[in-house]
Amino acid sequence: MGKIQLTQVRKSFGEVDVIPGIDLSIEDGEFVVFVGPSGCGKSTLLRLIAGLEDTTSGTIAIDGKDATTLPPAKRGLAMVFQSYALYPHMSVRKNIAFPLKMAGMSESEQAARVERAAKVLNLTSYLDRRPGQLSGGQRQRVAIGRAIVREPSAFLFDEPLSNLDAALRVGMRQEITELHQSLKTTMIYVTHDQVEAMTMADKIVVLNAGRVEQVGSPLDLYHHPQNLFVAGFIGSPKMNFLAGAEAAKHNAATIGIRPEHLDIGAGGMWQGTVGLTEHLGSDTFLKVTLDSGEVVTVRANGDVALHHGDRVALSPQASKIHRFDASGKALA
Amino acid sequence: MSTQSTRLAARLMVAPSVFVLFIWMIVPLAMTLYFSFRFYRLLTPERSGWVGFNHYLWFLNSPDFWLAIFNTLALVGGVLVITVILGVLIALLIDQPVKGQGMLRILVISPFFVMPPVAASIWENLFMHPQNGLFSAITRGFGMQPILFLEDYPLWSVIGIVSWEWLPFATLIFLTALQSLSSEQLEAAEMDGASPFNRFRYIILPHLTRAITVVILIQTIFLLGIFGEIFTTTQGGPGSASTTLPYMIFKQAIVAKDIGRAAAGGIIAVILANIVAYFLMRGIGRHLDN
Repeated sequence: MGKIQLTQVRKSFGEVDVIPGIDLSIEDGEFVVFVGPSGCGKSTLLRLIAGLEDTTSGTIAIDGKDATTLPPAKRGLAMVFQSYALYPHMSVRKNIAFPLKMAGMSESEQAARVERAAKVLNLTSYLDRRPGQLSGGQRQRVAIGRAIVREPSAFLFDEPLSNLDAALRVGMRQEITELHQSLKTTMIYVTHDQVEAMTMADKIVVLNAGRVEQVGSPLDLYHHPQNLFVAGFIGSPKMNFLAGAEAAKHNAATIGIRPEHLDIGAGGMWQGTVGLTEHLGSDTFLKVTLDSGEVVTVRANGDVALHHGDRVALSPQASKIHRFDASGKALA
Repeated sequence: MSTQSTRLAARLMVAPSVFVLFIWMIVPLAMTLYFSFRFYRLLTPERSGWVGFNHYLWFLNSPDFWLAIFNTLALVGGVLVITVILGVLIALLIDQPVKGQGMLRILVISPFFVMPPVAASIWENLFMHPQNGLFSAITRGFGMQPILFLEDYPLWSVIGIVSWEWLPFATLIFLTALQSLSSEQLEAAEMDGASPFNRFRYIILPHLTRAITVVILIQTIFLLGIFGEIFTTTQGGPGSASTTLPYMIFKQAIVAKDIGRAAAGGIIAVILANIVAYFLMRGIGRHLDN
């Protein structure tokens, strides 16, 4: 069981309200990703749930029981830290067994659980090494191992992949997703990387300046962003925003169109000049300066023959245009 | 950077200082060794000659000698135990975020800046003095007889004074070690259900082992030669109750003006220091690696 309910949770450091008040419910077995730019309060929110920070006001309920003032150890949650926070003087085996030892579990039960966790995470041959002798990905797995042996009601991940290189990150991302599918335990995952959020989450919580901007499934956020912030944050490359005359044509203060929803071809509505081009092989990203002076990014196929200085005509796919009012809210 | 010629150049560059340091070490050692086999008393300069191992035998047969060895080791051991245990506790305490932390730390460190004879005088006259001392005032306040620290417990008194001087050093080293402990490790241990004591036992103490090793090694080097505190307070007495090996050597060299005998004592002190160093490195030296 791992249902977590936040009610009007507020956190302030002195005068500064880091989190002005959040309501959020996380269902049992869900993979929830908190995503937002740095300083948006996502890590603080995770630490509030973990119990590593005191809640200024509001309540945190875990499985229906008020856990707001419970110490971290009593909440039945396990956390994987950004720095992994492995104990450097203990072997991998002792690291993984530490929470069990603290819980006063018998030696044989400890050994059995460590063995099982090590098998799941492919750590069996490293059990007698020290963390210092492991690679980044292996350390990450030890940290996860230390979390899963406790069989917690929920896992908390604080930017766990940010210290890994790009290739390893993709691999670990899939391992964590698979782990979630096999354990079916609630997971809360904090990241600033929207790609991680999109690929892993059942539910994404977009945070900005301590407030929840939108909660929804990855595709829901992609197709129906509720405001400019979410529209700009989710999706890569970023959504193009146009204001002024072009937006007025659609009865909006700002319109947004994703790079993949701009078609290149004769007879397009917008004329422009190609600036920077990035060839990724599968796709080509073009920065196009429109004649109205605005710069938009276009995602074209991999072998489009356009170069710096070429003239292009662009037409947005009409059904994919997002409209926003002057306060940044999406218009239906 | 490590071609043949750069390595050769490096050796040539280092050679002069190695040479000077070697001379610096070997000349006094050789002279002490030489004098330790000679008859050499300042009061009778006309008498001289080889005496073989007589000076060494004098030390080994002197009833004070084994007491002095014991006192030296007790002083080193006692001060190490007190400074390491209290040092860790005080470091834990002043590592807590409190108001005026900077000022507090300077206060804790300050005894280290007091020079040994001054520190010993302060303790002798302001704290341990049977009439004017703070301690006797306290015991009298409870209606008891004042304790005669330097007369009844001379070695313990010296250990107390020296501990007071060295505690700041230990605390400072432990404090910096504590500050290098990642807070995420402590938080992880907290999430793992470790009580405050278990966090100390399994996370903080292992993290401090290297700092503790450094403190023990450095302090041992200095504590083996403790002299000023004994000279200022007990003069090695009453009787020989607080005489250490360095103090015994001093008595031979300066009081008895017997350079030959003192030199033999010096060589014994060198041997003692090496024995201590050997056991220390065997016991705790491995904590310095990695």
